[in-house]
Amino acid sequence: MGYTKDQLLARLQELRIEFSKYEHPVVLTVEAQAKHVGNVGASLSKNLFLKDKKQRFYIVSALADTKVDLKVLSQRLGLGKGGLRMAPEEALGEILQVPLGCVTPFALVNESARHVSLLLDQGFKSQQGCLFHPLSNDTSISLNTLSLDKFLKSIGRDPSYVDLEANPKVGKDQPPDLAALVPSDSIVLPEFAEGAPPSEHSNENHAATDVKPKAVKAKAVKTPAVAEKVKDKSSTGVLPSISFTDAGQFVEEILDKTSAILLSEIRDDTVRQHGEQLGAVVSDTLRKRLSSELKNLAIMFKNTAYTEGFHAGTRHQPKRP
Amino acid sequence: MEKREERAVEEGAAAAAGGGEAEAAAEAEAEVNPWEVSGKIDYDKLIDKFGCQRLDQSLIDRVQRLTSRAPHVFLRRGVFFAHRDFNEILDAYERGDKFYLYTGRGPSSEALHLGHLIPFMFTKYLQDAFKVPLVIQLTDDEKCMWKNISVEESQRLARENAKDIIACGFDVTRTFIFSDFDYVGGAFYKNMVKVAKCVTYNKVVGIFGFTGEDHIGKVSFPPVQAVPSFPSSFPHLFNGKDHLRCLIPCAIDQDPYFRMTRDVAPRLGYHKPALIESSFFPALQGDTGKMSASDPNSAIYVTDSAKDIKDKINRYAFTGGQDTKEKQRLYGANLEVDIPVKYLSFFLEDDDELEHIKTEYGSGRMLTFDVKKRLTEILVEIVERHRRARAAVTDEMVDAFMAVRPLPSMFG
Repeated sequence: MGYTKDQLLARLQELRIEFSKYEHPVVLTVEAQAKHVGNVGASLSKNLFLKDKKQRFYIVSALADTKVDLKVLSQRLGLGKGGLRMAPEEALGEILQVPLGCVTPFALVNESARHVSLLLDQGFKSQQGCLFHPLSNDTSISLNTLSLDKFLKSIGRDPSYVDLEANPKVGKDQPPDLAALVPSDSIVLPEFAEGAPPSEHSNENHAATDVKPKAVKAKAVKTPAVAEKVKDKSSTGVLPSISFTDAGQFVEEILDKTSAILLSEIRDDTVRQHGEQLGAVVSDTLRKRLSSELKNLAIMFKNTAYTEGFHAGTRHQPKRP
Repeated sequence: MEKREERAVEEGAAAAAGGGEAEAAAEAEAEVNPWEVSGKIDYDKLIDKFGCQRLDQSLIDRVQRLTSRAPHVFLRRGVFFAHRDFNEILDAYERGDKFYLYTGRGPSSEALHLGHLIPFMFTKYLQDAFKVPLVIQLTDDEKCMWKNISVEESQRLARENAKDIIACGFDVTRTFIFSDFDYVGGAFYKNMVKVAKCVTYNKVVGIFGFTGEDHIGKVSFPPVQAVPSFPSSFPHLFNGKDHLRCLIPCAIDQDPYFRMTRDVAPRLGYHKPALIESSFFPALQGDTGKMSASDPNSAIYVTDSAKDIKDKINRYAFTGGQDTKEKQRLYGANLEVDIPVKYLSFFLEDDDELEHIKTEYGSGRMLTFDVKKRLTEILVEIVERHRRARAAVTDEMVDAFMAVRPLPSMFG
């Protein structure tokens, strides 16, 4: 799943990237953020998560005061006049794996954001430090562009600084000057969240999953451009496997299924039909309809727990004598 | 085992006994062996020819009594219909002597269809009902040899197939999955040599039809598939339990294969493995069609979407319904050749509902459209459940199932 703030900060430290950390209550807007870190001697940034008509995504990160005109940007990118708009909320969770109000260049550390293009305000370069959220709204870190560049290069990204307020003419003889920043691949938002097999780092970090919005139902657009998904046909439209590692969620799912049947079986006509016996009748129906399904779920839960234990066992250090 | 169940369905012009054009087809002599299944199958004749037993109602009732649960739908509907020594397994079980299960798959393709899942679904039921351990053999070496794919590719396919197998719901505390390339050696290999010493070249040619042109890998393969029937092949599981019995659920075309094993077993001082055998899963196109990996419309794959399934059933399932609604209401459907009804008999758990559908459809009060709709619902549910389970199978889980480790609660 997505990187956590702590993982990111640890990464920055590993890379010996200098930054200052400020913790504050959760903030969702630049104004709110300003109340807490407005006076630390670093410049606030505003971060926009945008998408174009061809399912390509962009982060525009600018100084809070820089004027960003989406219409102009759209033309400069070669997307036409109204080609850019704010990305939908689900995309935030799906692609950037950050909560609302937390768009940040650091989100590019996630694999899922591989194809998101980043446009940085040229204005950052002249600042002593710029403030960004390190994947969490309750913290801000300030760093200068040298440090930011170091980070971006470490994740294989080429930092692109742009004069965001410029408004060059775009026409027949003047090609869009930012066209090179358009991603080569679009991103398909799956219909259901993908049941991605937990990778090494995600096993230990279920806290990160609270970011995933529960009712993700973005329309699935199957584009051939997304090479990764073409092969993995089996995972299209599959519910996430979260409930097999999380006991609470597992139980909730069982109760949801049970309630659904219970409610559907208690109706005027069935009440009339069975009267006092309705309880026993519904109880039988529940068993009949749910027994094998719940047993299957339970087996998967058991197998998952065993696997984690087995995995840990193969790596455990023997007790010191 | 050349292809196992997969072959059974791939070559499966086969369908269950009985059929519409009885006169024309009955003339062709049906061929059933591990490499070829063709012609109209008369299962009674097959049982006589092979010398195995019919699984009658009394045995099914006995299973119900011993396991305190309803017998699996495949037993009730006669999908698993023949056996060898299953009654002895039950006798021993009643005395308190448990047994272990052995089944497997030749991993020749990534795409699995419902026919492939059937033996695994049944084996899972046996594991749960009797609370016994299970070994699953992935014959990657066999596929490497017979299908001429590379060692690496066959190993990769084995792991991929393992995920689908695990998704059928096997209990990791009672199941050991192994691939031949990983596991052959040690006690397993010792048994292989013992078995090989008991089978002459002529015999193996007789059973499997090898010729002088076949490479020696093929000729020496049969023992690999025989020895999982012997508990001493798995010292990490069954150490000291040399008299543990083995039950093998498989498709009936595998019978010749295990006849060899049963012949050899007493000479090595082991119990003969018992068998419980299934009929063939029909292709969507029915008797006239072959379920084959190259024709995606001949079967329902576990990777099919709900829409794919609906389309396949609507467009390609061979029906016994009449051409028009009016005729259908007059004459009813020919249930003998109707594929949707046959599929329902495999997958619709509710006996009453199936009976109702058969009566109504057969008399013409129900239309093919309705039967197909119900079938699609059920198949979509099965496939989605499978997909979801498969998505939860990680590489680490495959490693856990395939680790050579003790299973302390395997009889619990």
